[in-house]
Amino acid sequence: MANIIPISTVTVGSGGLATIQFIGIPQTYTDLEIKLSGRASNPYIDITFNGNTSNRSSRYLYSTGSSVGSGTQAGFLGIESSTSNTSNTFGSMSIYIPNYGSTNNKSFSADSVQETNSTSAEMHLVSGLWSNTSPISSIEIYPEGSGTFSQYTTATLYGIRKY
Amino acid sequence: MPLSSTMIPIATQTLTVNAGTITFSSIPQNYTDLVLVSVFGASVGMDIHVRFNGDNNNNYSTNRLFGNGSAAYVSRADDSGIQPRTSVNQAATVTTILKENIMNYTNTTIYKPVIGRYDYSGQVETHAGLWRSTAAITSVSMVSLGQAFVTGSTFTIYGIKAA
Repeated sequence: MANIIPISTVTVGSGGLATIQFIGIPQTYTDLEIKLSGRASNPYIDITFNGNTSNRSSRYLYSTGSSVGSGTQAGFLGIESSTSNTSNTFGSMSIYIPNYGSTNNKSFSADSVQETNSTSAEMHLVSGLWSNTSPISSIEIYPEGSGTFSQYTTATLYGIRKY
Repeated sequence: MPLSSTMIPIATQTLTVNAGTITFSSIPQNYTDLVLVSVFGASVGMDIHVRFNGDNNNNYSTNRLFGNGSAAYVSRADDSGIQPRTSVNQAATVTTILKENIMNYTNTTIYKPVIGRYDYSGQVETHAGLWRSTAAITSVSMVSLGQAFVTGSTFTIYGIKAA
């Protein structure tokens, strides 16, 4: 039996979009995975669960092509391409959220890479935690600083079954 | 990402009591790769070894890249298991994510390569490992040489099929 099931896809239209939302997430899976192909006016992307901005923490590891570093930031998810990068370039991101329906605090892992068609681009690995025991019923992904996603940005939410 | 019909859950375990070792045995030999997804809690000082076929000799090497929120680091281990970085400031709640991708596990010509992530609230980490054996992998164990995995921890192994 297939165990990675597409739940919903969001494709950003010509007007752009401030927040990609997956709402009414079924509680019939064990894990969630999101694949995002994105471009935004601010390339740094954050996440909330159930619309709650409290009790979030992320540790990230990044490379720019010439340097590496690590930092912390509440709700940080990763990086996509920026509207200041070469036209038609989109970043890529993968987010894994295990046990999203449990009554434990919720953790996630994310990988992302910016595409610039230039000599430098960033990649980020993120370890995130939402210290809340509520099952995740919605996910919100948005560029920082009131940024917006560009047209053709696409995100798909998958449910993963263990059985 | 594999197509939905190519990633098949083989077995899953959820702990009802604390345990120091988790083993998946009699792994079917009809896939090309394996993915181990585990979400667990343990106290500070956890030292995880991922072992194959019960081999607890020093036949494994692991190269790690990790960040703690302040700086990026690299390290290497030659030990008795694939050894993600020993935990620091790890939560006892079930939020730590360890995901291992085990390639060509039935191949009897090559040493077995592993790529993984080991994330929790105090760390983001990625590692590449090698088991120096040409034997087909028939069992996978996660062994904690420090604190035990706590009740509620979940471990799932998937088989990946080629086209």
